Amino acid sequence: MADKHSPLSQFEIKTLVPIRLGETDISFTNSALVMVIAVVLVVLFLTIGSRRPALVPGRLQSMAELAYEFVGNLIRDTVGNEGRRYFPIIFTVFMFVLFGNLLGMVPYSFTFTSHIIVTFAMALVVFIAVTILGFVKHGMHFFSFFVPPGVSKVMWPLLIPIEILSYLSRPISLSVRLFANMLAGHTLLKVFAGFVPALGVAGVLPLAFVSALTGLEIVIAFLQAYVFAILTCLYINDALHLH
Amino acid sequence: MSESDKPGALQDLDARLRRLKAQEHPPERAGSPASRSGYGFAMRLGVEIVAALIVGAGIGILLDQWLGTGPWLLIAFFVLGAAAGMMNVYRVVRGIGGAVGYRAGGSGPDQGQRSGGPGGTKPAGRRPPDDDEDA
Repeated sequence: MADKHSPLSQFEIKTLVPIRLGETDISFTNSALVMVIAVVLVVLFLTIGSRRPALVPGRLQSMAELAYEFVGNLIRDTVGNEGRRYFPIIFTVFMFVLFGNLLGMVPYSFTFTSHIIVTFAMALVVFIAVTILGFVKHGMHFFSFFVPPGVSKVMWPLLIPIEILSYLSRPISLSVRLFANMLAGHTLLKVFAGFVPALGVAGVLPLAFVSALTGLEIVIAFLQAYVFAILTCLYINDALHLH
Repeated sequence: MSESDKPGALQDLDARLRRLKAQEHPPERAGSPASRSGYGFAMRLGVEIVAALIVGAGIGILLDQWLGTGPWLLIAFFVLGAAAGMMNVYRVVRGIGGAVGYRAGGSGPDQGQRSGGPGGTKPAGRRPPDDDEDA
């Protein structure tokens, strides 16, 4: 019973359709289900939103255009015009994370962005892609990225490892930020929600707090998707223009 | 706002849109949630340090296992990781985002926007809070 009401039980992975591929467990879980729902919703949102384009957009079209323009502006502001061709990946990442975060706000659903392995996999894809991009654009010159300009050569043996570590820490900070925000927020919601029945009449206080916190969580859902997207843009920008 | 929109006023709409677009473009527009709550900012700093430490310690442990060099590489890389974390924090606070390297200015499309980064990478409190919180 205590198990069922633990504030952490919401993050439990449950196998829905057990699938085994040789030794590997590739079962279809509740996490995978929510991911599929997120992808389907994004596709529906964008296709229905752009089905009957009107000069004066309706609600859904307006939202779809807003999302498109938001990411477009983000890329223009951070990367500049040559960032335009990376629009698909950034838009995909943004919408996937955003819908994952927002779906997590639906009661009884599951927040797949609250699992470090999910966010880390996404961050690693971004990181590897950006590194490859840097090598494609600059070849071996890419390594000059790690040499701080205007520093005497004596300091290089110390500073270059630091720069490399700093570069390698990117996927971790990118993924941990998203995961920690989601995990902490949802746990907090559950903890305070648990106070409501426990306190009887005084439970209105935590109830009010939980209501406010839900609003905050929705803001954070948007914000973290935005942060993930903008950091991806910044990394692409770094790979395109070395110093 | 939406009073006086008689149909056929497309020209009018066009003119209004153009006017708004022109207004919208003073360089500092969206993407600069400048003085958001300190929470996101603090979160970001903490994460930066921890991430670099994890990477440093991880590399140290792996290299130690591979080369069998006792705890020495772990210690060395832990310290380097801490230094890298500090450097990341320094960069975030200076508002040069996740950039590796020092580039004090100049490169990139424009310096002002790049600092419009997450969690208010700008020196906090530069602008009065505006309502682009949900940006």
